[in-house]
Amino acid sequence: MTTQHVSVTVNGAVREADVEPRLLLVHLLRDVFGLTGTHTGCDTSNCGACTVHVNGESAKSCTMLAVQANGASITTIEGMEQGGKLHPLQQAFWDQHGLQCGFCTPGMIMQSAWLLGTNPDPTDHDVREGIAGNLCRCTGYVNIVKAIQQAAAELRASEPEGAGAASA
Amino acid sequence: MTEAQAPTTTAEVAGMGHSMKRKEDPRFIRGQGEYIEDVVLPNMVWMDIVRSPYAHATIKSIDASEALAMPGVLAVITGKDLEKAGLHWMPTLAGDKQMVLPVDTVMYQAQEVAAVIAETRYQAADAIQAVYVDYEPLPVVVDPFKALEPDAPVLRPDRGPEKANNHIWHWESGDRAATDAALAASDRVVPIDVYIPRIHVASIETCGCVADFDPVRGHLDFHVTSQAAHVYRTVISLVSGIPESSIRVKTHDIGGGFGGKVPVYPGYVISIVASLTLGRPVKWIEDRSENLQADSFARDYHVHAELGLQNDGTITGLRVKTLADHGYSDAAADPSKFPAGLFNVITGSYDIPQAFVEVDAAYTNKPPGGVAYRCSFRVTEAVHTIERLVDEAARVVGMDPAAFRMKNFIRKDQFPYHTPTGWDYDSGDYHTALRKALDLIGYDELRKEQAEKRARGELMGIGISSFTEIVGAGPSHTFDIIGIKMFDSAELRVHPTGSAILRLGVQSQGQGHETTFAQIVAEELGIPASKVKVEEGDTDTAPYGLGTYASRSTPVAGAATAVVSRKIREKARHLAAHLLECSADDLEWTNGKWSVRGSPDRFKTIAELAFAAYTNHPQGMEAGLEAVDYYDPPNLTFPFGSYVCVVDIDKGTGQVSVRRFVAVDDCGNIINPMIVDGQIHGGLTMGLAPSLYEEIPYDENGNNLAGTFMDYLLPTALETPAWETAKTITPSPHHPLGAKGVGESATVGAPPAIANAVVDALSHLGVTHMDIPLTPHKVWRVLHEKGVA
Repeated sequence: MTTQHVSVTVNGAVREADVEPRLLLVHLLRDVFGLTGTHTGCDTSNCGACTVHVNGESAKSCTMLAVQANGASITTIEGMEQGGKLHPLQQAFWDQHGLQCGFCTPGMIMQSAWLLGTNPDPTDHDVREGIAGNLCRCTGYVNIVKAIQQAAAELRASEPEGAGAASA
Repeated sequence: MTEAQAPTTTAEVAGMGHSMKRKEDPRFIRGQGEYIEDVVLPNMVWMDIVRSPYAHATIKSIDASEALAMPGVLAVITGKDLEKAGLHWMPTLAGDKQMVLPVDTVMYQAQEVAAVIAETRYQAADAIQAVYVDYEPLPVVVDPFKALEPDAPVLRPDRGPEKANNHIWHWESGDRAATDAALAASDRVVPIDVYIPRIHVASIETCGCVADFDPVRGHLDFHVTSQAAHVYRTVISLVSGIPESSIRVKTHDIGGGFGGKVPVYPGYVISIVASLTLGRPVKWIEDRSENLQADSFARDYHVHAELGLQNDGTITGLRVKTLADHGYSDAAADPSKFPAGLFNVITGSYDIPQAFVEVDAAYTNKPPGGVAYRCSFRVTEAVHTIERLVDEAARVVGMDPAAFRMKNFIRKDQFPYHTPTGWDYDSGDYHTALRKALDLIGYDELRKEQAEKRARGELMGIGISSFTEIVGAGPSHTFDIIGIKMFDSAELRVHPTGSAILRLGVQSQGQGHETTFAQIVAEELGIPASKVKVEEGDTDTAPYGLGTYASRSTPVAGAATAVVSRKIREKARHLAAHLLECSADDLEWTNGKWSVRGSPDRFKTIAELAFAAYTNHPQGMEAGLEAVDYYDPPNLTFPFGSYVCVVDIDKGTGQVSVRRFVAVDDCGNIINPMIVDGQIHGGLTMGLAPSLYEEIPYDENGNNLAGTFMDYLLPTALETPAWETAKTITPSPHHPLGAKGVGESATVGAPPAIANAVVDALSHLGVTHMDIPLTPHKVWRVLHEKGVA
């Protein structure tokens, strides 16, 4: 099988690999780079457990080829904690009991981070719409919505006045 | 809102009643959980499975030569290979048997036919396409009623000539003659036919394993997403002949279970065979389609029920006849001695003088059924039937459904209550729970609003469900798995410096055991919950247990944890008597310390006593501070609740929206209110799901019509309402903590509230019953027939 070279920046570090052109991005992250925080739950992009950021956009890494990400900057759940400080969303999911089995949590946090980047002051309905592509079987979403709102408030408070949308 | 009994410990100790943040979360929020797919071992290879496109067919031949020649392919395993070792069939938990791999006949679409083992995941996936199976289709039976007709093809000829039909078993409970007489003497008899469809738990993590047999040591490490690790170990030993001492089952973190990770699936056995054959670790992770098509089906009950009534609305009797579709094998994950589980709890929350319940089970060309969907013991089916039937009865006698329930509830002073089908309800206060739910939702106002809307032609409905759960399997006289009684266990060691490790025979799949069980130890011993490490899911270290399902962790292992803590407290008392130079009888236990009665300044804390247990124990006393308890509960526990739901229905599309849903639950005393609320939120959502969206239907050829998440619709955040929860607290009189269990209550209780609300919204059109799921199409069709849409 022929391989193709990919070079991506993952959580700030350049990573390279020679991969089959058909290799899924999620498998590049998990099986090649060992970043197992990104999960696979459905293979049809319904569940969102595989959600990561590709060049700042939310992407379902089970339906994207690794070679399509060549040259891109990718953020995974492992890149959210900065300098020993949890991302406000990580903290809020913990505070608000926004997770149970934890399997959907990385994808849910990544999608929420993208959502708050585009809409820093969402209504509860905005939040529910924003995470409708991410399935959680355990929590019934109530505490996930609370967690995202807690993080949204914290991110707004930490943004300098008039700085515009918070970036994830 | 989070409600609980008042805590008696400080926030630092965090015993019962504290909403302690979860100890397991720091790894999950960082993506550092270790789920089965994250397990990577040196020299590991991958397995993939060839599956049948037919629901019923003869296998004429299997040609694997092309697959075997492909890059990286190491082996192809078929039923004929397993037959040589006698491993082509395996026992089910319900005493039936199912195929590991078929030798000559496939019984359902997507059944395992052969397995390919290759160096990589992609090579294995490629090679299953190159295994050529020649099938000859056979007649397919999908309807269980047709399965029982005399001319139906016999699906299980392996049962021998004396069982040349598709009837699996007949089971009955209660007094038939007395019930017939009670119904005959009633003013009226209200019938209902309810179908509770086949559904799938669809945990977001699918099933999988890594089988790692070391031929040098003769030892099998089996990593697997299992809710019942010890049972797996015993089953693997019985099937394979490997001694249990040479098998270690490890579960790791589990990405949701809900009962779907109780059964031993064929893929697990094949993986083990592959590892035994190759001497290398073999990994198998099913994909979503395999998961939805081939494993862990719940429900599929066709129920006919009749309620006897006096004209004033008093219930006189209940008669129930049911047909259960079990697929091609009875694989019910039901560890009771009853083939229909606890279905005879169908008298529910009502004081019904006579009841008779009978169930027949049939084979069809579907995957093995009778497994769980956040309730495996047929309680959901029972509750759905009685709660729909009670609503229908109220309509027939012209009573409000809330008033009808209030009139017929078992009264608080009737507990403990013996039901006509033989259960002894431990405690309850049904009137208070329903009253609270009605008040919280503003029932009377909603009825007014409904009348106004109805006058304007708008469709709004209000539905009630007042359920009684039956959990905590269970008393060993009634419950076992393959003969192993349904106790559960806890082993507690207090270290010299006062922290502790608690090991359990149950298995968290998201319930938060690392937190709540530590809180029980904190409650009982005063050791801060943050200093109690909870460990599960490693059969080499955990005491033998039966696992987590059926809301049994708190009722059984929670009790074991309380009892083991009390054993340690008792030993600590003798240590304290030694240190304080007094009689043990003179000591009293308060707030984590033994003190001399009447001299509260003379005391020893649990931390001091733990240190003394290793450094200064009296002559003749064994060193150390540890104990184990195997708890066999004296009875089940009976959580209950009342739910009220408001729905709006779009006349144009038939779409049902749940506008409000108030859930009043009573699960006895509460360990962690935050976690209990989370369990209820999740349970309600898994009650919403089959009410409005989820079903695994089959066409006449036995094709599964919901084999991906594009067809099997899990509720997203958009469809899920903002659940409103509240509690009443009626402790269990026989549980050491007064707790009852809560994990499945909401999944059991929610569907009839939603179905009753939809029927209520359409009742003025003459609608008296609709089967779930109440999809837009199904509702629209009714609206169209009635000339409304």
